[in-house]
Amino acid sequence: MFKKILIANRGEIACRVIKTARKMGIKTVAVYSDADANALHVKMADEAVHIGPSPANQSYIVIDKIMDAIRKTGAEAVHPGYGFLSENMKFAEALEKEGVVFIGPPSTAIEAMGDKITSKKLAKEAGVSTVPGYMGLIADAEEAVKISNEIGYPVMIKASAGGGGKGMRIAWNEQEAREGFESSKNEAASSFGDDRIFIEKFVTQPRHIEIQVLGDKHGNCVYLHERECSIQRRNQKVIEEAPSPFLDPATRKAMGEQAVALSKAVGYTSAGTVEFIVDGNKNFYFLEMNTRLQVEHPVTELITGVDLVEQMINVAYGRELPFKQADLKINGWAIESRLYAEDPYRKFLPSIGRLTKYRPPVEGPTPRGGIVRNDTGVFEGGEISMYYDPMIAKLCTWAPTRLEAIEEMRLALDTFEVEGIGHNLPFVAAVMEHDRFIKGNITTAFIAEEYPDGFHGVELDEETLRNVAAAVAAMNRVTEIRQSRISGTLGNHERKVGDEWVVTLQGREYHLNVAADHEGSTITFEDDGGHKRVTSDWVPGHSLATLDVGGHPLVLKIGLIPMGFRVRVRGADLKVHIRTPRAHELAQLMPEKLPPDTSKYLLCPMPGLIVKISVAEGEEVQEGQALATVEAMKMENILKAERAGVVKKINAAPGASLKVDDIIMEFE
Amino acid sequence: MKDILSELEDRRAAARLGGGQRRIDAQHKKGKLTARERIELLLDEGSFEEFDMFKTHRCTEFGMEAEHVSGDGVVTGWGTVNGRMVYVFSQDFTVFGGSLSETHAEKICKIMDMALQNGAPVIGMNDSGGARIQEGVASLAGYAEVFQKNIMASGVVPQISLIMGPCAGGAVYSPAMTDFIFMVKDSSYMFVTGPDVVKTVTNEIVTAEELGGASTHTRKSSVADGAYENDVEAIAETRRLIDFLPLSNREKAPVRPFFDDVKRVEESLDTLIPANPNQPYDMKELILKIADEGDFFEIQKDFAGNIITGFIRIEGQTVGVVANQPMVLAGCLDIDSSRKAARFVRFCDAFEIPILTFVDVPGFLPGTTQEYGGVIKHGAKLLFAYGEATVPKVTVITRKAYGGAYDVMASKHLRGDFNYAWPTAEIAVMGAKGAVEILYRSELGDAEKIAARTKDYEDRFANPFVAAERGFIDEVIQPHSTRRRVARAFASLRSKKLANPWKKHDNIPL
Repeated sequence: MFKKILIANRGEIACRVIKTARKMGIKTVAVYSDADANALHVKMADEAVHIGPSPANQSYIVIDKIMDAIRKTGAEAVHPGYGFLSENMKFAEALEKEGVVFIGPPSTAIEAMGDKITSKKLAKEAGVSTVPGYMGLIADAEEAVKISNEIGYPVMIKASAGGGGKGMRIAWNEQEAREGFESSKNEAASSFGDDRIFIEKFVTQPRHIEIQVLGDKHGNCVYLHERECSIQRRNQKVIEEAPSPFLDPATRKAMGEQAVALSKAVGYTSAGTVEFIVDGNKNFYFLEMNTRLQVEHPVTELITGVDLVEQMINVAYGRELPFKQADLKINGWAIESRLYAEDPYRKFLPSIGRLTKYRPPVEGPTPRGGIVRNDTGVFEGGEISMYYDPMIAKLCTWAPTRLEAIEEMRLALDTFEVEGIGHNLPFVAAVMEHDRFIKGNITTAFIAEEYPDGFHGVELDEETLRNVAAAVAAMNRVTEIRQSRISGTLGNHERKVGDEWVVTLQGREYHLNVAADHEGSTITFEDDGGHKRVTSDWVPGHSLATLDVGGHPLVLKIGLIPMGFRVRVRGADLKVHIRTPRAHELAQLMPEKLPPDTSKYLLCPMPGLIVKISVAEGEEVQEGQALATVEAMKMENILKAERAGVVKKINAAPGASLKVDDIIMEFE
Repeated sequence: MKDILSELEDRRAAARLGGGQRRIDAQHKKGKLTARERIELLLDEGSFEEFDMFKTHRCTEFGMEAEHVSGDGVVTGWGTVNGRMVYVFSQDFTVFGGSLSETHAEKICKIMDMALQNGAPVIGMNDSGGARIQEGVASLAGYAEVFQKNIMASGVVPQISLIMGPCAGGAVYSPAMTDFIFMVKDSSYMFVTGPDVVKTVTNEIVTAEELGGASTHTRKSSVADGAYENDVEAIAETRRLIDFLPLSNREKAPVRPFFDDVKRVEESLDTLIPANPNQPYDMKELILKIADEGDFFEIQKDFAGNIITGFIRIEGQTVGVVANQPMVLAGCLDIDSSRKAARFVRFCDAFEIPILTFVDVPGFLPGTTQEYGGVIKHGAKLLFAYGEATVPKVTVITRKAYGGAYDVMASKHLRGDFNYAWPTAEIAVMGAKGAVEILYRSELGDAEKIAARTKDYEDRFANPFVAAERGFIDEVIQPHSTRRRVARAFASLRSKKLANPWKKHDNIPL
């Protein structure tokens, strides 16, 4: 086996590869840029080589720098991870030339699959189902109808030069095909000056389902079943699962066998992924092949028990795959949530900065028989840098069934503490509660359809609200009793903590009676006499409350607000007030205040020098976008837009020295 | 006999109604609670004991002899906050607009005398139209009596003012002399002369909110120490503050059961200081990670953000924190931050609250605004306050401690008990670049030489060890173990005894 390998990557994937290499007794070499000097993958590796400035195009994707690092450390093989150089044919060739093993497919396979048209052609030749269509010139409407009939409806009639939906028609029958052809042609001619039209099958209710393949250098190739990655936001996968809730064994087998056929056709070895688009009738069509380890590979590992990185290394070394197709069964269900440093409340804008808190859930078996796995490249006190993909972690859960895996994911997300930057955890948690997702009734348009105006938080259901109210009542009791045990109290006249409390949250109010004993509290809802038993080891100061409410696990992220708690759970961010009945009555007299209309100005927050104005007059800016940079006491402070708007007027130019509250720019 | 007993109940009921239901409703309509409702929220349930419920004014002018309301526009008494005694007065806007009469003042003075004698804080809830004009000079005398009590109580028992309605003219000077002022947003204002007089005298047109609202006093004037959304929130947070404060200068700061590990290691603090010395970081993260349970009560959050002041607990005991904030003005000292921190340090010293100082200060803010504003005297206030303080003083230098500002920030030379430095600390007269520009003026044209000189200076001085070699730093500590080290330092200082020479009082550069 190799003695030492180099990982030509960073972040979670570098860490993930190092873990397996370590398990196999292989020494590891990390490479790092300036920004990654303190990164986790550098700490985990046996050796680390600095390869240049922070931007990836000056470090991680410079082949020469990686080659230097290999020579310097004597690494025998290179794992490229995903992204960066992983599908770079020149890199694979450079390694081959130096006699260093590339832990991935042969460069010929990368080349063959790297081009969309070639790969589609090869797939077709290998008997893989591709989207039916007619690429040639279509003379008239009659021919269009004939072609459409052959393809089968619905069809998409598209202008060759088209874009943005212009010159595009969907036809569900002959008549629509005829009309669609004419109108598309006219529109194409007028819009693009090019009236060439082509027709292809229109895939309805599209799902993204991909097949994991693994081949060795001895002619063996297997498929490790599918992953469904339909939950995407602007083509970026957010939630993946394996298996797919949609496939039946016959379709799975057909897809798997076609994927293997294609792999064999291009002499593929190592791990690869054949992506398909699947329509509502389980017709599947080849999209492309990714000649690398996929981001979402852990879900496949969780349901097959195969360590894909281990097999990639074995195969690269020349070993035969230790299993046959018949050995590869699907065991249970796995889900992956990609946690990104993107603020869902601010249109998913990247939110870089310091992770003041990073506490992932405990990995391994859960008390309910599930498994939690978290692939990450960050740590508390670390930095999400502006130079790379803003991924924080890939949180995976496994359980025997899909619903149980979803429940494990909900709890794992509730337990996952990330502070200091904005992140999409609340959004992912919201999807886990979404009826369509729970039913598996998803398509690649899920997010666009269900969150058309973006994400604005979650409304919890009545049962969850009652559980949270009961939990808060129990926690409040602990807090209040502690408060009353302060030193210096008036002897014999100590404060008595009452039993009657009113909890308000999400516009609801619950009148509760709290009866505590040594094991926990029994909370009685005075509206209907219902009881909830709450037990927990929570004490004041714990930012995470792990509770059992009425026999169900509940995990809350806790913060303090006047007369209550900030509670984050299941994607919701709640202000929960708890008061005595009298205090509640008085609180109801307080006016409801609308958030103040913050002015339409960007004011200079400190006396300083304008170093840079990042926008122009008339420019539309997004919330969180950098507007200007002010230097004060030799420090650069970036001023960001507090909300979306249009720049009306810029009052200060770079080099200007401003006082506090001077107007830098005005918005419309 | 029964009639006599029930007459008491009738009289009490009448007194509790204050200015009557109509005025109570009007008060509620303005989003304000009544004087009694405020007391109810402030004190532990059922703990209020009232004084002078039936007291009325003695005025006979302008038809006042016909108008008597029990209590005369202020509710006074005592009760407990989490079981600890406090005295309280709450002005009743429904009775003569909460205006201050001679008898109204007498009621306030009575509880202040008792507070002083019995050693318990005074909480004043202000909601008053001002002097009772009908009484003339008697009302003014009343104000002055209260002022004198405030002055005598200062430094003996904590005094907290909540401004929950108008507070104008002479009325402002009583809260002004208390330790903390909190305001309610949108429903309270404080000014010496109102918008009408301002317009007449200076032609300036300004609203009451702009002139003396919560935002003005928390951000611009620094008269107020904090502002809250409404009465309920302001009172809840006042209870939280009281839990941090000793009852009087005769007692130590309170101790509360705590659920936090004294030895808690915070690995993430090892990466708090950015690699680039000109990049800011948030000092509040350090405070929150050092404090018991991450609980921090900040004072003057919205004013002079380049210095942070507030209360935390360590091992359950109150500690006052002063910290430079690199996020604002690079954390440098200036007039505002010096004044803010000096007053806070003196409060802590007066009430035996130990002081924890976190230092990252590049110096004093230069400029004409500062010099013309008297930064010399204002900066000296902080220096003076630290130097005279005899409470336990623990200091941690995280990064820059440059020049005179190093001396000021609770240095060893100002009787600091423990002065720790992180390995990232740079204790020097100034930054390397500035120093080299002065020391090697003749080489300034030669960038290469200057770079080499700068590096030399950095290697020599941009570290904590030069100071440690001289004993100015007691020890260089790992950032991750700061909580444990600070807790042990304060533990060792629990019976610290240090007295200043006898004097009538000092002459701090006011």
